Amino acid sequence: MDSFDWTQLLDYALMAMLLAVGVAIVRLRNLFAAVMLMGVYSLLSAAWFVSLDAVDVAFTEAAVGAGISTVLMLGAMLLTAREAEPVKAGRHWAALAVVLATGAALFFAIGDMPAYGDPNAPANAYVGFDYLIRTPQEVAVPNVVTAVLASYRGFDTFGETVVIFAAGLAVMLLLGFGGKKSKKEGGE
Amino acid sequence: MNPHLVLRVVSKLLIPIIVIFGFYVHFHGDYSPGGGFQAGVIIASAVILYALIFGMDAAREAVPAWFVRAGSAVGVLIYGGTGFLTWLLGGNFLSYDMLDPDSTHHAGQHLGILLVELGVLTTVFSVMVVIFYTFASRAPDIPEGEW
Repeated sequence: MDSFDWTQLLDYALMAMLLAVGVAIVRLRNLFAAVMLMGVYSLLSAAWFVSLDAVDVAFTEAAVGAGISTVLMLGAMLLTAREAEPVKAGRHWAALAVVLATGAALFFAIGDMPAYGDPNAPANAYVGFDYLIRTPQEVAVPNVVTAVLASYRGFDTFGETVVIFAAGLAVMLLLGFGGKKSKKEGGE
Repeated sequence: MNPHLVLRVVSKLLIPIIVIFGFYVHFHGDYSPGGGFQAGVIIASAVILYALIFGMDAAREAVPAWFVRAGSAVGVLIYGGTGFLTWLLGGNFLSYDMLDPDSTHHAGQHLGILLVELGVLTTVFSVMVVIFYTFASRAPDIPEGEW
């Protein structure tokens, strides 16, 4: 590339903000602030996904990560204390060892990763390329992501819907049915 | 005076727009980012916002617990039913072209995708609201000082 690609600065800035928010979440003892920062983290990742042209993923991340999970974490936090207990130093070292080992493995693997947007990368080459070519003739839907999700991979999406249903069912069975009855049971 | 007056007024204005945007995301999913899943989450977040601002009892009146309880199963039924419909019309499971076999521009695909995404929307919306209801009915209301 001859000219400097200025948009990469945006990626660096977003990654730096993600890192700062991540460190802040780990260091904070106030759970309320930590939950809010987790929402900020999701929103930043959504912005980063947009800059990577993964708009559908960004959409989901913003709606689920920054919206629903923040509220659910708040609901969970209201059931427990407002401040986290300080963690013993020994456990910090164990965690640091795990993180360093994982990080080293990931950095080792970076060398084998294809460059961003590489047309010969496995993700772009085989089936992905087929979907892009065939969707206009076979499905005639402008959004290829929707065509893959709902038409080509309709079975998978059916499975995912059943998984979501099963998750809701499990919550209903474990915590009561979300009706007025569960309130009474909780009070007794 | 109610301390959340601004929040109440703003959310009263916003909640209908959020719901309409959710349906837009669903029905426009063929053309723009989004689809049933995102639409379900957006509509569920409108209900959750309503519950946070106006209280759980008001939200339970607007969206009753039995409704979301049934909805989580009905969504799966809509999805599976679309598959069975194409089966009965002589195609494979979820082969949407059977819904409108004479169409030259794959109208059946559009209809099928819209139908299964409606199933996804119903299930996702209902499960999100169910999870929120079950958690929120166990947690005490947020005290005034912590807003």
